[in-house]
Amino acid sequence: MRWWDLQRNSNHTTIVTIEKVIDETPTVRTLVFSDSIMPNVLPGQFAMVWIPGINELPMSVMISKESGKAAFTVRKHGLASTGLFNIKVGEKIGIRGPYGNAFDIKQGKLLLVGGGTGLVPMMRLLTHVKSTDDVTVLIGAKSKDEVFFEDLANDLLQNNPHNVIISTDDGSYGEKGFVTDIVEKLVNESHFDGVYTCGPEKMMYKTVQSAHSRGIFVQASLERMMKCGVGICGSCCVGEDLACKDGTIFDGNHLSKNNEFGYFHRNKAGILEDY
Amino acid sequence: MEPSLSTSIGKIELNSPAMLASGILGISLDVFNRLYRSGAGAVVSKSLSIEPWEGYPNPTIFSVNGGGWMNAVGLSNPGASNFAKMIEHNQDVPIIVSLVGSIPEDFEMMIKEFTNCNVTAFELNLSCPHVAKVGLEVGDDPELVKKIVTTVKNSTSIPAIAKVGLGTTDYLNTVKIAIDSGIDAITAINTVRAMAIDVETQRPILSNKFGGLSGTPIKPIALRCVYEIASKYDVPIIGCGGISTWEDAIEFFLAGASAIQLGSAIGDNWINVFDDINKGVLQYMKQKNYSTIDEMVGLAKKF
Repeated sequence: MRWWDLQRNSNHTTIVTIEKVIDETPTVRTLVFSDSIMPNVLPGQFAMVWIPGINELPMSVMISKESGKAAFTVRKHGLASTGLFNIKVGEKIGIRGPYGNAFDIKQGKLLLVGGGTGLVPMMRLLTHVKSTDDVTVLIGAKSKDEVFFEDLANDLLQNNPHNVIISTDDGSYGEKGFVTDIVEKLVNESHFDGVYTCGPEKMMYKTVQSAHSRGIFVQASLERMMKCGVGICGSCCVGEDLACKDGTIFDGNHLSKNNEFGYFHRNKAGILEDY
Repeated sequence: MEPSLSTSIGKIELNSPAMLASGILGISLDVFNRLYRSGAGAVVSKSLSIEPWEGYPNPTIFSVNGGGWMNAVGLSNPGASNFAKMIEHNQDVPIIVSLVGSIPEDFEMMIKEFTNCNVTAFELNLSCPHVAKVGLEVGDDPELVKKIVTTVKNSTSIPAIAKVGLGTTDYLNTVKIAIDSGIDAITAINTVRAMAIDVETQRPILSNKFGGLSGTPIKPIALRCVYEIASKYDVPIIGCGGISTWEDAIEFFLAGASAIQLGSAIGDNWINVFDDINKGVLQYMKQKNYSTIDEMVGLAKKF
């Protein structure tokens, strides 16, 4: 590391070059780059990612197997995410951050529930568990061709007692049904010391309910429309909380008092819309 | 006697002098309540237009090396009608509603939406530097300023504030016209039109190319403007621009402001900045033996 990297203003955009592109599914890609700070961010922290000429997006920082490297895993969806998805090796993007808080990682029996690119902070969380922790990872997807990070999760947990469960809505792979039904079953059967979730809001809402109602410590990483990422613009407010500055991670106790979580998000104009 | 943080900006009475500036965090009543509990004397809403606006694509905010922020959010807002519905049940928070429009009728229409709301004042945005046909383009047109302020004053008995900025015409002339048309107070200043280019990709960073510079770099400019307005006209002034510490707040009081607004400081120091400034101002008042903020306002003008 160069000394001036440590003095870098995290709010200032740093340009990085994409070194590798990994196709995870037909619609999900991981873009790998070298950086001095992003490889070491804590699980749950995010960066604002500038796709020059297109947009800037909040992205959870993905791990890389190579040291000194980090990545972003993106699903092509709207204009901005498709712009990022289409970035090729050698092209440049801008990054600022890291922003946001991190998961409070308990020890013992842990349950991680991820859907889609919500698995990104879950994978980073797996790099922070103790070797004595018994870890269950629950991956939800619509169908078989949308399942990714199963091998990675098994790989990261090779020295732990662990269980990686896949569920698909259509039953084309793993268990058939909604991931939240499996969560409900798991927390009913055994005690967990910590439950962590990131993914579609309804999935997180039910997961938080299942765990919190049984007195289990649970945290969710919320996704909201973000413009600034630093607590100025207000776009990402959820009730009285700002996802970028107070979160993006909130615990079950806090979320159970929030009337917007699970039901509403704000659009670009700041108008509440139903989930 | 324990000094008091309460202040009056003409007819507007506040419990503390630091308010949330327009454009910052201003779309949820829950957040307004939180800011009020954190020590804000009032919150100014995002500038509202007749229709909801989505604003510009990202990047909309950029951190300037050496301090300060540049933004071209593009006045994203839920629209006056949606916002009015949201604050209908507001009990406690002094809310100043910021309005943006191109013609007097825009402002008249929007003010009607707030008939059933508890609104402390309207702030007319005559100075946003990065959206066409509104903001500075309006503030730079003396005839239009006169018509808008006159229309607003005829539409409501709620106090009206004009927020001015540095455009292509003399802002002091805009202030004079606003005063002559019956404005109750002036907020000075808005962000200053600026830009940033990324040297690696060699392109402007903000999607709108141009934005408004805010934060510590513009504080001396804002202070100069408050001092100039206070020296020339007898009008209540709200200071805005790069204020982040209690010392900054005192400077603005001494220059002639009765209250201040905070924006960028929240990005740098988060919500505690209100409480920090309130505590510092109180300490200063004790030390200098002032019982009200009003005793300090404009003291530096005599030099």
